[in-house]
Amino acid sequence: MRIKDHPILEFKRGEKITFSYNGKKITAYPGETIASALHAAGIRKLTHSQKHQRPRGFFCAIGNCSSCLMVVDGEPNVKTCVVEVEEGMVVQEQQGKGDLSAKV
Amino acid sequence: MQKCELAIVGGGPAGLAAALKAREMGLEEIYLLERDNFLGGQLVKQTHQFFGSHKQFAGIRGIDIAEIFKDKLEDRPEIKVLKGTVAQGYYEDDVLGYSCRNKFFKLKPERTILATGASEKMLSFPNNDLPGIYGAGAVQTLMNQYGIIPGEKILMIGAGNIGLIVAYQLLQAGIEVEAVIEATGRIGGYAVHASKVRRAGIPILTHHTIKGARGEEEVEAAIIQEIDEDWQPVSGTEQEMEIDTICLAVGLTPKVDLAIQAGCQMAYVAELGGDVPVRDENLQTSNPRVYTAGDSAGIEEATAAILEGELAAVAAAADIIPESSAIDRERTEIKEKLADLRRGPVGEHIRRGLTRVRRNQNAGRDRYTRSWKS
Repeated sequence: MRIKDHPILEFKRGEKITFSYNGKKITAYPGETIASALHAAGIRKLTHSQKHQRPRGFFCAIGNCSSCLMVVDGEPNVKTCVVEVEEGMVVQEQQGKGDLSAKV
Repeated sequence: MQKCELAIVGGGPAGLAAALKAREMGLEEIYLLERDNFLGGQLVKQTHQFFGSHKQFAGIRGIDIAEIFKDKLEDRPEIKVLKGTVAQGYYEDDVLGYSCRNKFFKLKPERTILATGASEKMLSFPNNDLPGIYGAGAVQTLMNQYGIIPGEKILMIGAGNIGLIVAYQLLQAGIEVEAVIEATGRIGGYAVHASKVRRAGIPILTHHTIKGARGEEEVEAAIIQEIDEDWQPVSGTEQEMEIDTICLAVGLTPKVDLAIQAGCQMAYVAELGGDVPVRDENLQTSNPRVYTAGDSAGIEEATAAILEGELAAVAAAADIIPESSAIDRERTEIKEKLADLRRGPVGEHIRRGLTRVRRNQNAGRDRYTRSWKS
């Protein structure tokens, strides 16, 4: 959910854009990060732990903790908490460590 | 390879202040590296008004301080500001490697100021890895920077200034805060923040800790418990709280990766948040080409970070250009402002930490320094 009224802040959102997450269409606004747009859509589980497959969301939201890595337009290990969402982006939950040779 | 007089890593309060002051002192080739696509660091989410004994930014909101700095930088186009740029490594020959848009570059600065900030501390408890358990800064990022609600029912852990301020900011965003719990017997934050939270009807439970979280795909509940003066659980006080978000405000730890790579002598100083570079009163580390400032030098707050950034910039400028009376005067003034800010009972633990790290007395051992620099 997005905040509409705030006593101090004003959120100027531009034109809606859409991107896909695991094949599902998600609405976002320019300037939002991928992870924040997913949160707005109610998606907080972003990945899972390597060994025990436990669900993981982000902890820090500023690019420190690496708990939000996803595959974005074919590129694995993207820190979705700091990368801005773009129209038509294809975002997928990452399986395993990600194949770096898949995209240069 | 590109050379320059001064490289500053980090575009938060310390780095921004350093860049402007270095230019004012007469340095001409200044690079400011910032990993985000925006400047301001954590200021961009601080909606509360700053205060303290220091007059400089008292009464101004953090978000507005960031704007003031950005405006000033715009008037100084000669400062090279590289946004979306990650400082990747500091090498043995004092070369700073950085990447920008998937390309790697090398920079050889005569002096470097590390102003890389901090990261939030975690807390150990069962299921602490569930989605919906965030650092307080992450919650601020979501709601104050992107305008997105992190959850609907929050448990805040930690009653220091960050815990109290973020609890209040959650209320401002229309989000329910169930309680603020604090393991020690006293509220660490300022009384003005605590009373705002209390007035809103949120209980601040001292001597309480989190025993565990419950949930499958996301956090669904928190089990909290009272602890006694010896930090032992008090039996029969366990209670389960239905929440969808746990917010950890249990402190920060300096980000010192580059300082370690630069061979700076390190020391563990609990009062400053963890491992920090040993430095002199001008913030010069044991690597004479490297200065440290702001939270990456020791956890304090933004006003101190600004002053430290300025002090490091003046000192770095004095290394490169002949010492002048202006530099001398500036250095004395900034040090007086810092001393003023750290006066009184509030600054006591910082003063103790700084004494330890400056003289390297009673500080924890250096776990990092490699032989090639000693």
